[in-house]
Amino acid sequence: MANEEGNTASPPSFYQAKGKQGAIFSWLFSTDHKRIGIMYLAAILTFFLVGVALGVLMRINLIAPGKFISARAYNSLFTVHGVIQIFLFIIPGIPSSLGNFLLPILLGARDVAFPRINLLSWWFYLLGGVLILLSVFIGGGAPDTGWTFYPPYSIHTTTNVSLAMYGVILLGFSSIFTGLNFITTIHRLRAPGMTMFRMPLFCWSLYATAWTQVLATPFLAITLMLIILERAFGIGFFDPLKGGDPLMYQHLFWIYSHPAVYIMVLPAMGIISEIFPVFSQRTIYGYRAIAYSSLAIAFFGYVVWGHHMFTSGMSDFARVIFSLLTFLVAVPSGVKVFNWLATLYKGSIKLDAPLLFALSFIFLFSIAGLTGLTIGTLSLNLYLHDTYFIVGHFHYTMFGGAGFAFFAGLHYWFPKMTGKMYPEGPAKWAWGVMFIGFNLLYFTMFLLGLQGMPRRYFQYLPQFYTNHVISTIGAGILAVGLLLMFGNLLRSLFRGRRAPANPWGGTTLEWSIASPPPTENFAKIPQITEDPYQYK
Amino acid sequence: MNGDGSHSVKEAESTMEGSEFAAEKHRIDYTGAKMGMWIFLLTEVLFFGGLFLVYSVYRAKYSGEFHGSAAGLDRFLGTANTVILLTSSLTMALAIPLLRAGKKHLSLLSQGATIFLGIIFLANKYAEWTEHIGHGIYPDSPLMVDMSRGRIIFFSLYYVMTGLHALHVLIGVAIIAGVLFLTARGKIHRYDFIKLENTGLYWHFVDVVWIYLFPLFYLIT
Amino acid sequence: MIEEELTLKEFRNKTYVIVWLCLLALTVLTVAVARLQLADYAVFVAIAIATVKSGLVVIFFMHLKNEPWILKIMLFVALLALALIILLTFSDVAYRKGH
Repeated sequence: MANEEGNTASPPSFYQAKGKQGAIFSWLFSTDHKRIGIMYLAAILTFFLVGVALGVLMRINLIAPGKFISARAYNSLFTVHGVIQIFLFIIPGIPSSLGNFLLPILLGARDVAFPRINLLSWWFYLLGGVLILLSVFIGGGAPDTGWTFYPPYSIHTTTNVSLAMYGVILLGFSSIFTGLNFITTIHRLRAPGMTMFRMPLFCWSLYATAWTQVLATPFLAITLMLIILERAFGIGFFDPLKGGDPLMYQHLFWIYSHPAVYIMVLPAMGIISEIFPVFSQRTIYGYRAIAYSSLAIAFFGYVVWGHHMFTSGMSDFARVIFSLLTFLVAVPSGVKVFNWLATLYKGSIKLDAPLLFALSFIFLFSIAGLTGLTIGTLSLNLYLHDTYFIVGHFHYTMFGGAGFAFFAGLHYWFPKMTGKMYPEGPAKWAWGVMFIGFNLLYFTMFLLGLQGMPRRYFQYLPQFYTNHVISTIGAGILAVGLLLMFGNLLRSLFRGRRAPANPWGGTTLEWSIASPPPTENFAKIPQITEDPYQYK
Repeated sequence: MNGDGSHSVKEAESTMEGSEFAAEKHRIDYTGAKMGMWIFLLTEVLFFGGLFLVYSVYRAKYSGEFHGSAAGLDRFLGTANTVILLTSSLTMALAIPLLRAGKKHLSLLSQGATIFLGIIFLANKYAEWTEHIGHGIYPDSPLMVDMSRGRIIFFSLYYVMTGLHALHVLIGVAIIAGVLFLTARGKIHRYDFIKLENTGLYWHFVDVVWIYLFPLFYLIT
Repeated sequence: MIEEELTLKEFRNKTYVIVWLCLLALTVLTVAVARLQLADYAVFVAIAIATVKSGLVVIFFMHLKNEPWILKIMLFVALLALALIILLTFSDVAYRKGH
């Protein structure tokens, strides 16, 4: 059924489809999921690089505290770095770019269930990003509360907290609409013969993610709205003088923000599930276990938020319960790791860039998960909370985990999305530089945390200096690696070899259509007769 | 029937050639549209749910003061508003079968009645709020900051929750007005009424929120 | 065009009116019960009655009774999530020392 080469007699690609309007309008008003996915990708990667630049500035401060950057500026730096990387990069990241581009194709559909809502989602994302950038440059200045916006400081600070929050609320709606769209698409638009258990696993991960987006993000909206109301009208829900409780905010905030990290990592795991079968040319081990574990992770993600609050003054009873539940969430993740590794066993391994990134995901995410168990342990958390240990942990999960998986997916689907191949050599070099830089940058943070270095401090005692220098060197190396990787992909966009329909020997539906695909995806909606990942 | 109890659109599309592609584009997935609306309403459940969580936590903490403060609300207006909203749900629910039975004018009347009742609800709310504000009870007012803590939280919750609800009623009224217009023009008709149905779902949801708000604010004395 | 087998399975108009009358009756009930001095139980009774009323609206006015079971499951999942969230929050709020 696979179409070998994208031959010249086939329909024009979705890039070439002409509308009645000019080029820019026909993109900005397009309801084609592929165009929306590409636009999201460009914006998401741009915001990522802005966030990286802010991170580099933070690292520069940390080897020469106060020399270039004031304390107040540093507070704004880590706040905006967090807001951009979390709300503009990693949460929308995979679902809105790769998910939008691929989900309908993987299901054998022509588009998502609600293409116009998809477009609305994209506009909300843009508007949200604009508001957040605006909050940095106008009036009161960039928020300096940390991305977590804890009251009472977020109530009293004169920085542009409310403006940034309007931006984040818009991004929340963008996320909700994407989730709503994906759930309906998966239920309603699968090709004939494609039962839920014949869907590719990336679709399962997007499904679990979509439910999390739909059920958790409203809590973010209400929480931020209450801060805005408290700043504007003095409502008092979080103000003890008016009968409120600052812990109420923390509960509300983390009720969203913990599931949010599963919005980040579930799609990443889905990408890994796609890559391993192709690059070992073996069917995935334990398809159902992986599908169910995605749902289990999404479910457990709802009931562990208290582990962000172990030192806040919560009851002992709650702390014990949350610690136990936190341990349980590691189980389905472990299931996935074992299944992925079993997929490789006796496979015909092709160590191309997608597999390289996917393998390093396993390594980095395992470190992330194990350190997560460390800080999920109540007694250890009392010592490690708000130290650099936490910072190291979440960068291993969000960046080493979701980030590297995103890069794996970028390389894997690059030929499909662009119609060009990238050269493997530079891609592998970039990976190597990134891997070394990443571990230097973030592993030292575990050591700093254990030594007692608090997070969000712009200066520190002399005993922490050496590790901070190593970490900053790592940041520099990582930045070089990122530039190499993006430079390679960007160059290939214009000068790469023409890509065939199926350069990797994949079996899922996207490899059966041209690279890049035509607007309507399939000339004829396929009839599905077998499970995915069937190799001889 | 699909595995989840729903029906797919007819299987004919699976063998569609390019020429039928245009026809495919105009086909509506009725169940899909309804599913999308339900999922949106679920987000609203969690959204208001967050506020109900805040309410329940502070209610547990300040039960005495909540009891006392509720007496400051107009139980008659609250009950009237409940009856109004319940009745508007009836008129909204009837609008669909009336349209499908070919009684378009009755359906328009039903939709209009819903709008009318919604406006009455908002007018009542406005009256209530202006009365309280007139008495100096509003967030951060000199009178309010002197109240006991539980009382401050009660009235803050009152304003935020009934305010957010009223905003949803207002949006609902506007959308129903749009739907009424489309029905009158024949864009919504007996063979394609999904917009009317989805709007009805939204309106019933707004009613359900009030069904909970009413006793929790007006009846806990 | 909506195919015949896909369309909404309606109730009879009479059913809607009966449901409405039940809702009004339950409203009268909940106001009446509020007059009794049930103290802490008042909240539970009020919520119970409100839940019955909401159930009527959801099952009949929103037609959930006749909808595919997937929609019923979706609603259940959302309510379950909310219930767990409230429960776990109370595991903190209800057990703090020194209140």
